[in-house]
Amino acid sequence: MSDTATHATDHASEAGHHSSTGLSNNKLAMWLFLGSECLLFGGLISTYMLYRGRVSDGPHPSQIYDIPFTSVSSFVLLMSSLTMVLAVTSAQRKDDSRTTLWLTVTALLGATFIGGQVYEFTTFYREGLGFTTSLFSSSFYSLTGFHGVHVSVGVIMLLATTGIIKKNKVTGNKAEVVELVGLYWHFVDIVWIVIFTLIYLIPS
Amino acid sequence: MSTATEAHNDAHEHGMSDAGYIKIALILAAITALEVSTYYVDFGPLFMPSLLIMMVIKFVMVVSYFMHLKFESRIFSFLFYTGLGLALFVYFVALATFKFFIA
Repeated sequence: MSDTATHATDHASEAGHHSSTGLSNNKLAMWLFLGSECLLFGGLISTYMLYRGRVSDGPHPSQIYDIPFTSVSSFVLLMSSLTMVLAVTSAQRKDDSRTTLWLTVTALLGATFIGGQVYEFTTFYREGLGFTTSLFSSSFYSLTGFHGVHVSVGVIMLLATTGIIKKNKVTGNKAEVVELVGLYWHFVDIVWIVIFTLIYLIPS
Repeated sequence: MSTATEAHNDAHEHGMSDAGYIKIALILAAITALEVSTYYVDFGPLFMPSLLIMMVIKFVMVVSYFMHLKFESRIFSFLFYTGLGLALFVYFVALATFKFFIA
């Protein structure tokens, strides 16, 4: 078979589930999902904005937020976006070993962020901020808790992707699979960019 | 063959080089450091606008470069920014209803 024919066959198999629009259905669905996620987090953020000053009992936001600690967590999550995009470019180059390496590093950074959030929640609870202490505490834990769950799901997705790449069990376009996980991960990062500014840095 | 291979590579290597992504990450880290500095340094009346502008810049940079939206089909941009725009509109209205901006 000639090189051109081989290339055409490879490309056709990789573009197997592309639609009549010429775009990947998987990617289209992921962007649609992320667009809808904006509504979910928009609701949680606006609820927090409404209730952040409603502290009938327990500590106020300015009394408990540890900005230096949260800044480090934010930096860790931001850098995980870099390692994720490096995983995507490695997958596009068909470099499996680097892809799994960067995916693992991204998962570790995500797990570090989650560890930080668990520590933060534990500290807040010890300082008297329970989930039902005030409207502020309920909206704060709901927002950051939902984000934390998204990060945790992302870590599971990263580790699962690493596993199936190592076992060579990826069906379809491997680079696209990594890119889809990457899109989800970057979304989690941009949500935190908004949360960090609106919730932590801007005082009530 | 070379033309076909180049076209194939272009399709897969849309976006930037690794060095380009590292530069973007450094810029994002620098903006984050500036954001955190507002906690320690008094920016006066510029405090709120500067924080919001830096947040938007970081958001757009991650979406455009790390999520490749700048290099992808406009349909993806439409889907994402429509969701974002709708969210902003709905919640601005909701916050206005609760007189959030008056207090």
